[in-house]
Amino acid sequence: MAMIKLENVNKYFGDLHVLKDVNLEVSEGEKLVIIGPSGSGKSTTVRCMNFLEKPSSGHVYIDGQELTSKNKTKVVRDSTSMVFQQFNLYPHMTVLKNLTLAPTKLHHKSKKEAEELAYHYLDIVGLKDKADVYPTTLSGGQQQRIAIARALCSQSKIILFDEPTSALDPETIQEVLDVMIKLAKENITMVVVTHEMGFARQVADRVVFMADGQIIESGTPEHFFTNPESDRVKQFLGKIIR
Amino acid sequence: MSGLFSPRAWNKIWIYRGTFLLGLLNTLKTALVALLLALALGIIFGLLATSGKKVLKAISRVYVEVIQNTPVLLQMCFLYYALAFSGHSPGIIVTGILALGIYTGAYMAEVIRAGIESVPKGQFEAAQSQGFGYVGQMYYIIIPQSIKVILPPMTNVIVNMIKNTSCLYIVGGADLLSLTYSFVTGENTGGSYAPAYIVCGAIFFIICFPLSTFASMWETSLKKREQKAFQSGAPKEA
Ligand SMILES: Nc1ncnc2c1ncn2[C@@H]1O[C@H](COP(=O)(O)OP(=O)(O)OP(=O)(O)O)[C@@H](O)[C@H]1O
Ligand SMILES: [Mg+2]
Repeated sequence: MAMIKLENVNKYFGDLHVLKDVNLEVSEGEKLVIIGPSGSGKSTTVRCMNFLEKPSSGHVYIDGQELTSKNKTKVVRDSTSMVFQQFNLYPHMTVLKNLTLAPTKLHHKSKKEAEELAYHYLDIVGLKDKADVYPTTLSGGQQQRIAIARALCSQSKIILFDEPTSALDPETIQEVLDVMIKLAKENITMVVVTHEMGFARQVADRVVFMADGQIIESGTPEHFFTNPESDRVKQFLGKIIR
Repeated sequence: MSGLFSPRAWNKIWIYRGTFLLGLLNTLKTALVALLLALALGIIFGLLATSGKKVLKAISRVYVEVIQNTPVLLQMCFLYYALAFSGHSPGIIVTGILALGIYTGAYMAEVIRAGIESVPKGQFEAAQSQGFGYVGQMYYIIIPQSIKVILPPMTNVIVNMIKNTSCLYIVGGADLLSLTYSFVTGENTGGSYAPAYIVCGAIFFIICFPLSTFASMWETSLKKREQKAFQSGAPKEA
């Protein structure tokens, strides 16, 4: 059974038709990378998976359950996490508090359990020593690793990434990618919008190319890098792989 | 009629100092209760304004615009006579509290709206993506970040409200200004116009000046701190 399923999803912003009948399935543990030119609807697609954007029509299923306006808070809480381009850490809380907030307030963990969990994941992202500082004192790369740790603390089956390295200084991109590569070894379902082709090549089970609100081509990273079919894809890859 | 520097006039004020204290007490009481009402209305309409739902936003907008674009004196008279004609006049004090509360609530709503809107959209999204519902999101993530933006202008709104208790005069209230007016026009007490108004003004000033000074200092220090935070290691935007 698919962990995520988009069925005939359409999205309009006013008159702008941003997603055009998108159908997509992501199976459990799969690492899916979404690529495509700016404005093609990659973010919107991912954001429909946790109802940050509500589709104008069509259906979204998460872990077998249809996502609706009514149940979104619960389904999102139970099954999905998200890592944003701009990190979106809570600036008024220490790193530790950022990590323990959802587990204690939403997942019925005791403070002690939540902190153990937090230190466990801080260790995984290599920032155990930053537990007591405020996020704004950290570099972009560090903040994004904290954001990943925060997502992990919810222990959800799905983590959505929307261009997690696009706001970073070039020298800190790799430290974030390394953490994500480490994650990819787990059985977490990952959907990653990114322009990092090296990353896609290394971890993706499948790559999806979007343009103009549609999925144009889908296949293994190998397929994309050796013999893509569509000219749009060739053109796009030609531009970003220098 | 006594002049500004007539010792007799000042002496009369000293003798009737109780009148001024009573006025002050009434003003503070009215202000305090009206403040609670204004806060409640401000929170409700401020939240409606930031709900993202068109209808709710429109309701909030109508309230704020109607109240902010008509004179508070008119609102007070209207409420007073509307209540009186409907047969159950709740009295001047209650009318005053209601009118002031409703009036100030519109300004509170705007302050709260601006405070909530000052929090970046990403914070709402992060909270939602973790599975926080509306209440949790507001309580743990949004309000703690907006409170420092809200409080300084809110203090100014409160200062204005204290001054606006003087509008109760139009419906015959017992606030500081109304009592001052009765005092200077009274049969036994009348005459000390200038000194009485100076005293009345001084009392308002003594209460309002510290509050508004406090508010503006608070605002300045917040801005400074923000600048500092921005200079030292704010995340780079793409
Ligand atoms: N909230 C919104 N209101 C109006 N239009 C929007 C909104 N969000 C996105 N759009 C538009 O929808 C289209 C798709 O946007 P989306 O963010 O999904 O693209 P993207 O593929 O993620 O692009 P990028 O690579 O620049 O992030 C764009 O034309 C964008 O301008
Ligand atoms: Mg995007």
